[in-house]
Parts: sequence; structure tokens; C-alpha cells
Amino acid sequence: MDWIVYALDYLLGVPILGWGTMVGFIWKALLLLVSLLLFTAYILLADRKIWAAVQIRRGPNVVGAFGLLQSFADLLKFALKEPVIPAGADKAVFLLAPLVTVLLALSAWAVVPVSEGWALADINVGILYIFAISSLSVYGVIMGGWSSNSKYPFLGALRSAAQMVSYEVSIGFVIVTVLLCVGSLNLTDIVIAQQEMGLAHMLGVPWLSFLNWFWLPLFPMFIVFFISALAETNRPPFDLPEAESELVAGFMVEYGSTPYMMFMLGEYVSIILMCGLTTILFLGGWDAPIDLPPFTWIPGVVWFVIKLCAAFFMFALVKAVVPRYRYDQLMRLGWKVFLPLSLFMVVAVAFVLQLTGWGWHGGM
Amino acid sequence: MVLPYIFFYLFSAIVIASALMVIASRNPVHSVLFLILAFVNAAGIFMLAGAEFLALILIVVYVGAVAVLFLFVVMMLDVDFAEFRSGMLQYMPIGALIGIVLLLELLLVAGTAYLAPEGAGSGVLPIAGGIENTRALGQILYTRYIYLFQACGLVLLVAMIGAIVLTLRHKPGVKRQDIAKQVARGKSGLEIVKVESGKGL
Repeated sequence: MDWIVYALDYLLGVPILGWGTMVGFIWKALLLLVSLLLFTAYILLADRKIWAAVQIRRGPNVVGAFGLLQSFADLLKFALKEPVIPAGADKAVFLLAPLVTVLLALSAWAVVPVSEGWALADINVGILYIFAISSLSVYGVIMGGWSSNSKYPFLGALRSAAQMVSYEVSIGFVIVTVLLCVGSLNLTDIVIAQQEMGLAHMLGVPWLSFLNWFWLPLFPMFIVFFISALAETNRPPFDLPEAESELVAGFMVEYGSTPYMMFMLGEYVSIILMCGLTTILFLGGWDAPIDLPPFTWIPGVVWFVIKLCAAFFMFALVKAVVPRYRYDQLMRLGWKVFLPLSLFMVVAVAFVLQLTGWGWHGGM
Repeated sequence: MVLPYIFFYLFSAIVIASALMVIASRNPVHSVLFLILAFVNAAGIFMLAGAEFLALILIVVYVGAVAVLFLFVVMMLDVDFAEFRSGMLQYMPIGALIGIVLLLELLLVAGTAYLAPEGAGSGVLPIAGGIENTRALGQILYTRYIYLFQACGLVLLVAMIGAIVLTLRHKPGVKRQDIAKQVARGKSGLEIVKVESGKGL
């Protein structure tokens, strides 16, 4: 019965109280979940505030000081409303769709290293895991759109199916270029590689660590990744699955109350995930931008959050200032611009790495 | 450890149950959704076997791309199932034949240990210690099997080009947007006017 003791310790251990020898997995997961959800609430508020500031409005400012409690008021409002399920809907799939969206978005966070050694599960194939999970997130949209049994949701679902699958291709190639430089699929290794090698080391100024990060040597891919991330998360200007002006609200038309809130939550959590991924792949993760005392005193997790917020600020700004793409232009951008460009970059980066012997050779 | 066994039986039970539901459910969209469930749980079994790369590639390729297109098509088709069933007896013999052949092959694979004990171990040799799954796959795929790998790529390329050739048509008389042309047009045919405030043009 040793394995039961071990499993219980692994799951529920609390060393401070003398239960077991390690901090239980469930507690870590709960901590991550709660902080992630709180963070999402404020990211949502920030999104609305930034949007409002661009349009010279005040944004939500009534609930709490500066509207700081607005997201929680919204949560209560959604949770207390009656969920309406259309008569013609496929009930099981209809309710499963928002669940799938939110669970997938949350589960991807299991492998994200917020600071050194802070990943919930530091697996060898971390980046592939995130890629797999984000490729699954299209199902929430398709299931929601189809099961509503109504024409606008269905059109939204069809659009999203094509859109998300197309942009996954270019995201995949961007990830491959980063992996070529790192030589490991582990997210922690990707960040450490950006600390231990790069332009700053080559120039002989290793303390300017922001020059080390991949955004500079892989600059075109940084832009491609950012735009593809917008498309992958259905953010404006690529929010065609829900385009209000044409499809009312796309795949979410028939949703209300808690299921709708779950869609929104899933969407924002996956947006934050994409910002986190930008941080890890291109902005050096938890690494301080300048490797000198006042900056290195700040803990890594703070740097991670700052960079994540900066990436999200760009997301929010794009939403506020760029008009929506037309559908054929979206497809053209994905297949005729990003795909050839990223394919070329994969070959070019591999060529340069092979010729010069650059790249990271640490890790496993 | 007993936990991997518990998870193995959990995953396999769900795979078998959802595979059954794929053929049993009346709604084709439900069938595809069950197929996806089966894929994901099969990936779980791969993961337990230590083939983490294969597991995630299975999800990325089959669930994330192939099954999406599958679902896409099934959702759009208006299939009449009464008509479908009427022809069922006609296709029964050939279906049964294929099923029996598949079953025999599966039994042969499962019974290798008894039929050919000397060959049984060769398929499941563990990877040399210290090398992770992804690296091991890459090292064998891009060295010993490089030609076969390239040949697979070529086959896929031909299939892709074939599909494009079959479906690409340029109807005459339809206006198309040529973005390069639009960008190259520059400012010709365009006049930029400075308008004073408070006055019209």
C-alpha cells in the first residue's frame, strides 16, 4: 500500500503541518488557478480601460475605486442570471462547449514557468503541450456554434475553424525557429538559453541581457508570432468568429449567463497564455532586462508579469486602433504571407545555425 | 507503482467506449466528437508508455487539424440516414470481410509473444538511457530513415498539389483583388487635398 501513501503525499501533502514530505500538487494547482483567475479579472478591466482611453472615454469607473471591482460585479451578474438553452439546441454539446473552452485554456498553464522552477509540471515537451492544447481550443468554438442550431453561430463556427487552423500553422513554424536556436522543447530551457547566449554575449556586454532575448535575432518571427497569436485567440482585428456587425456575436449568440461567462473567461485566459508565451519565447521569460543589481533584486516572477502585461498592452492597443479584417484578407495573410515567410525563416535559421555553430548546447 | 496501471485502464476503457460510441451514435457530429475523445485518450496511453512526443503530435495533427476538417465537413453535410441504412445489407459482406481481416491482424500482433517469441522483444526496445524521446526520434528519423522520411514528405506534397489543382478554378469575368497591384498603384489617380478647418472643399 506504499503507493497510496506516496500518491496522497504527492497530491495533498502539507509539510508545515507534518503531513507528508512535499507540498501537495493540488495546493500548487489551486494557488496557480486562483492567482490566474484574479489576474484575468484585472486584465479584463485593463482591456476595457485601455480601449476606453484610446477613445477618450473613462471606461468602467463606478464599481469600486477606478472601477477596480467591475470584473467581480460582472461575475456576479453572469452567475446569477438564468441560463437559457434554445429549444432546438443540442443540449449536451451546447453546455460542453464553454466548459471545453475554459478547461483547455486553464490546463495549458500547467507547464508555464512563471519563474525559475515555478512551473507546475516542468515537462520535456512543454512547448509542444501548449501547442497541442491551443490547437484543441478551436473545438469550444465549433461545438458552441454548431450546437446552437442557428445560422449566425454556425457561420461564426465555420469561420473560426478555418481561421484558427490556418494560423496554427504559422505559430507552429515560429515555435520551430525558436526551438532550432534552443535545441530543447522544455520551456524552462528556452528561457535559460536566452540568458546564456545571444547578441549581448557576442558583443561582449553580457549584462545587457535584453539584447540576448530572441526578439532581436528572430525579429520577423516575433511580429509573425504576435499577429498569429491575435488570430489564434480571436482578438480584434481577427475577431471574425464573433464579428458583431455581421454575425451579431458569432458563435456566442445563443449563450447567456454562466456559459457565456465561461466563454469570455476561456478567451481571456488563452489571451494571457499567448502573452506569456510571447514572453517566454521572445522576451526572456523571468530574466531581468539588465543584469545589474537594482534590476536583479526584483524577483523573476515580477519581471514575468511585467513583460506579460506589456505584451497584453499591445494586444489591447491593437484591439482599440485597428479595424476588422475582411475574411478573404485574413486567409490571404495567413496562407500567402505568413506561411511562406515563416517557412523561409525556418530554413534560413537552420542554415545559419548549421554554418556558424551558434545556438544553445546546454540543457539535457 | 500501481498508479500507471490505473490510468492505463482508465484511458483504455474510455478509448474503447468512445470508439464504440463512434459507430453507435445516431448523430454524425456526435460520432466525430467521440472520435476526438478516443484520439485524446489514445494520446494519454502513448504518454503512459513514455512516448510523449508521439502523444502530443497525435493531438496536434489528428485532433487539432484532421479532426477539425472532418468535423467541418460532417457539420456542413446534410446526410439522410434513412437512405444510408437502406443500402446497408448490400455492403455488409465486404464490410464484414474487412473487419475480419483487421481483427485477425490485431490478434496476430497481440499474439506475437506466442507465435514468434524471438521477434517479440524487438519492437519495444527501450531508448538508450539519458536521451529524451524527441531527440531519439529525430536522431533516427533524420539519419537512418532520411530517404523514407523525404519520400513521405514528397507523397504529401503531391497530394497537396493535387488537391489544389483539382479545386482551383479561375472563372472568367470575376473581379479579384490583387493586393500587390493595389499597393504598386501608389498615388496615381489620387489627389491629396489640404482642407482648412471650417471650410468645405
